[in-house]
Amino acid sequence: MSLVNTPPRTGGFIPRDRSWQPDALTPQYKTSVRRSPQSALLSFPSTLSEETSPVFGHAMLGELDNDLILNYAKPGESAIGPRIIVHGRVLDENGRGVPGALVEFWQANAGGRYRHKKESYQAALDPNFGGCGRTITGEDGSYEFRTIYPGPYPWPNGMNDWRPAHIHFSLFGHGFAQRLITQMYFEGDPHIPLCPILSTVKSQEAIDALTALLDMNRTVPMDSRAFKFDMVLRGRRQTYFENRTEGL
Amino acid sequence: MQRLDYLRESPSQTAGPYVHIGCTPNFTGIEIFGGDLGTSMKTGPVQGEEITIRGTVFDGTGTPLRDAMIEIWQPDAAGLFPSANETRGTADPNFTGWGRSPGDMVTGEFTFETVKPGAVPYPDGRMQAPHITAWIVARGINIGLHTRIYFADEEAANATDPILTRLEHQNRVPTLLARKEADGVYRFDIHLQGPNETVFFDI
Repeated sequence: MSLVNTPPRTGGFIPRDRSWQPDALTPQYKTSVRRSPQSALLSFPSTLSEETSPVFGHAMLGELDNDLILNYAKPGESAIGPRIIVHGRVLDENGRGVPGALVEFWQANAGGRYRHKKESYQAALDPNFGGCGRTITGEDGSYEFRTIYPGPYPWPNGMNDWRPAHIHFSLFGHGFAQRLITQMYFEGDPHIPLCPILSTVKSQEAIDALTALLDMNRTVPMDSRAFKFDMVLRGRRQTYFENRTEGL
Repeated sequence: MQRLDYLRESPSQTAGPYVHIGCTPNFTGIEIFGGDLGTSMKTGPVQGEEITIRGTVFDGTGTPLRDAMIEIWQPDAAGLFPSANETRGTADPNFTGWGRSPGDMVTGEFTFETVKPGAVPYPDGRMQAPHITAWIVARGINIGLHTRIYFADEEAANATDPILTRLEHQNRVPTLLARKEADGVYRFDIHLQGPNETVFFDI
């Protein structure tokens, strides 16, 4: 087989870098102790089952799906808290934008309280804040939504653990192997170095990868501050060798 | 030196105790978006054998998880994926292939109403046994866990499956098999830890 003038083919997904991703067992985050698999994961190359993914069309989105200030508010009212815009791009490891990616997000209200039956923190619920939103990335992988700056809150782990302000993200790409859930933190939050959940990532570089920066260029004067947060999904190999011919 | 300008995958973080607010808000009582995604895998009459898959996720002490979210992804009865990058044909238009379950609020049991998947080839051309991809997230799980649901009643196909036959510890294969417990109903429990720990995949 000649390599000359052979167009590259799209191969399987680049293996996940387990030395970069958090381990399953992280004793400082106590719940992980009994919820972490002990056996080695079974590694194998991605197959069609992982290289395909459900399709979500822009048509399913409502006008306010990506506006947490209004999407649970009574008509004429809005959620309480510092108004912010969160925006960025969903990229793959090759640096390409991932279009058509479903991005779901959820968060506590400005007082650090979630709208959930099992949530017991004494901070007040905001009757105009549901705490969830969703969008689908554009052709270049870009997304944006409007919300309020979430509050930090205490949680039962150690005797005095507090979560930094954060927003949860759930991401679909073009293959089920790319499925990812993560959290976004905010530049300058003093709880960042203290958090037992954030410390499951293994380096300052990894913490930085989850920390959004204040983006004055996208801030709307007299209205909302903006934070920029890019996310990266696994990429696929480009290969000339995917279909080997006999004898190679 | 030049630099390899690849990006690194975003680090995963736990879905936390309130993943249902973000992914199945209506299940938690937040009425929004006109309903939750993934609650139904059928949008009309589907081809093939309709089945129910039920199961529970257990932690290392045998306690059921009541705050997990389970997603499944599978081909239709003919082995075709309802995916934009399916190139082998067109999947059943009434089948989404994707389901999402928050589990029962009290028992934690998840349920999927789906179809028995058709077989799909491995990259080298060998046929894989019929299977469903499953993904589990929850509080205490730092990175989503991938596994596969195979079927105990597909003995011949399972015996030559490229993945099942690759397992060093063959006594763990049963952790990947859904078992028929009634007509059209299969059980697939997931054990995060312990002697029956489910085989989880790095794919």
